[in-house]
Amino acid sequence: MSSVMKIENLQAKIGDKQILKGLNLELEAGKVHAIMGPNGAGKSTLSKALVGHYDIEVLDGDITYKGKSIVEMEAEERALEGIFLSFQHPVEIPGVNNAYFLRTALNAKRKHEGKEELNAAEFLRLMKSHLEMLGMKSDMISRSLNEGFSGGEKKRNEILQMLILEPEVIILDEIDSGLDIDALRAVSEGINKMKDGKRTFLVITHYSRILDYIEPDYIHVLKDGKVIKTAGPELVPYLEEHGYDGIEEE
Amino acid sequence: MANEGLDKAVSGEYALGFEIDIETETVPPGLDENTIRFISKKKNEPEWMLELRLKALKKWESMTEPHWAKLEYDSIDYQSISYFAAPKEGIDSLDEVDPKILEAYEKLGISLEEQKQLAGVKVAVDAVVDSVSVKTTYAEELAEHGIIFCSISEAIENHPELVKKYMFSVVPMADNYFAALNSAVFTDGTFVYIPKGVRCPMELSTYFRINAINTGQFERTLIVADEGSYVSYNEGCSAPTRDDNQLHAAVVELVILKDAEIKYSTIQNWYPGDETGKGGIYNFVTKRAVCEGENAKVSWTQVETGSAITWKYPSCILKGDNSVGEFYSVAVTTLAQQADTGTKMIHLGKNTSSTIISKGISAMKGQNTYRGLVKIGSNATGSRNYSECDSLLIGSQCGAHTFPYLESKDTKGQVEHEATTSKISDEQLFYLRQRGINEEDAVSMIVHGFCKQVFSQLPMEYAVEAKALLELTLEGSVG
Ligand SMILES: Nc1ncnc2c1ncn2[C@@H]1O[C@H](COP(=O)(O)OP(=O)(O)O)[C@@H](O)[C@H]1O
Ligand SMILES: [Mg+2]
Repeated sequence: MSSVMKIENLQAKIGDKQILKGLNLELEAGKVHAIMGPNGAGKSTLSKALVGHYDIEVLDGDITYKGKSIVEMEAEERALEGIFLSFQHPVEIPGVNNAYFLRTALNAKRKHEGKEELNAAEFLRLMKSHLEMLGMKSDMISRSLNEGFSGGEKKRNEILQMLILEPEVIILDEIDSGLDIDALRAVSEGINKMKDGKRTFLVITHYSRILDYIEPDYIHVLKDGKVIKTAGPELVPYLEEHGYDGIEEE
Repeated sequence: MANEGLDKAVSGEYALGFEIDIETETVPPGLDENTIRFISKKKNEPEWMLELRLKALKKWESMTEPHWAKLEYDSIDYQSISYFAAPKEGIDSLDEVDPKILEAYEKLGISLEEQKQLAGVKVAVDAVVDSVSVKTTYAEELAEHGIIFCSISEAIENHPELVKKYMFSVVPMADNYFAALNSAVFTDGTFVYIPKGVRCPMELSTYFRINAINTGQFERTLIVADEGSYVSYNEGCSAPTRDDNQLHAAVVELVILKDAEIKYSTIQNWYPGDETGKGGIYNFVTKRAVCEGENAKVSWTQVETGSAITWKYPSCILKGDNSVGEFYSVAVTTLAQQADTGTKMIHLGKNTSSTIISKGISAMKGQNTYRGLVKIGSNATGSRNYSECDSLLIGSQCGAHTFPYLESKDTKGQVEHEATTSKISDEQLFYLRQRGINEEDAVSMIVHGFCKQVFSQLPMEYAVEAKALLELTLEGSVG
């Protein structure tokens, strides 16, 4: 298989507490990987480690992306190279216009790729084309970034950013939590639209609900800081019934 | 991570610290009757003005420097300051302005050449270097509308009736220590009169420049908006980089008659001194507006990024029924700057309303104080105030302080006050960086977001300038 990202023996701590305890995971390019596991297993910690979050200190092991280690890479550089995280809890940034923020982000990326930057009008056209599909109101263009957004609006806005930035590795941390059925459908539609056989997804969830909409290729069970099992989608109903307790490390 | 990074981006280079290489005429340091007579004579003033100045000097001599503000500085030696400096050549038209001054203004981004105005936006400029006004543009075109836009010295000469009527009517001669000093020694400044029913067809602006060494700048601005008129006025300032402190004590008086409106915007970028607190302008300014008539409206917008010390409370006296006062402020203190700034909203007329939006940004060792008073008099029934004071801290050595005072004689008056203090959180920064935006751009985006309510009050060209200035000021505090 051709792997886009490889995590080897990753050991990481937050504060004094070691959370990831020798985690191994290989992401096959163009596939949808689901990570499931109980609360507190270290799923969000893994996602943060992949994007270079300041809370995480890597103690040992390596993360390679397209064959290169990214452990020492700055967060913005990883982003520019195509790694995207949809946050479990997107932060509010008052007064920062949503469209302006997104255009700045897109142009930073286009500049990095040696492409021409988009002007305000061109960008607006692009943004509007996505809003409708996501069932977002047009006031999302001018509202302040995540400020006063409902839970569903925040998650849709994360997906909007994904659609606009067109990243290569897309990490979705609990994108489905707190969504009603309409929002779940809209968000899934956005994700499916990005599936083109080249982009790779890492879908972190502890419900199987969203997996009905975005069909995963692989299920990885994360427990106590390690991936203890990797299987196909047939594992989902089993987990549904028996929980994570019965899963033993392979 | 980010805190050590954060401290790096807030120490932007002061870009306007150059000196204009012109010959100046300066009076020796010191202040007494003779100094006043010298200034008055230099300006060919009528006797009545000299008398007023001498009266102000007497009052000032009987007063003591106030120290109630949250500001720490060595006491000012008023006898070591020179109270008058002027470019040597007298000036009558643009052709006679020393090319070096024109060049300097161009460096400051201000074109005195009327044809060169950006994108067809006309901005009439009064340029003041040290103690004198060097050039006022567009005066003739404005005169066609009956608008008077000239230096205060010319106004004293050519429009004595207006000056006598309104000068000291808003800020009395001995209102406070610094106002009294200014009343005695003021050297130049701008005068504006907008006649009844006239909407001023362009932005008016004054650009102040302290250039000479060891001088103080004491300008005085007086704007009168007659019934039903409107004007938007802007001022900007800068000074060369020097090790010694320089004093700036200005007075601004605004008179707004029935149904008239003044929008007054300031971009203050005097030299701030260095990070150890050496050098920089001491900025002690009295600004006040009186809404004399019904439905009069005044709006102060200030972006304060410069000066070592800022002491400034642009105020609104809402006399006319239904009159409106607004105060929008962004004050940035970085390096070792200290600012004690805010406003006073004095509600006297019925159904008067006021809005206060104050944004303080502190970085490095900067100290930022908001001090505001809302006073609702016994006749001011149905009056309302809304105040919002937000502080943003960048790094851990800076400080923000808020002192809102309320005196209300009307128990039914609506007064709302909100205050927040926040830090640029690591979480916000990280969010933006995860989207590929570098740390410095991320900080500036968050800071601009914080200032948005204030910047949106500025005329377009000035909002752009303010944004750029903020970026420059905070450059290097993050990284
Ligand atoms: N900022 C933090 N400080 C201290 N402990 C943390 C922090 N974030 C997470 N943890 C701890 O790390 C463990 C794993 O958390 P997390 O990765 O969020 O789990 P999951 O996403 O799988 O529910 C938990 O025990 C949690 O309490
Ligand atoms: Mg989690």
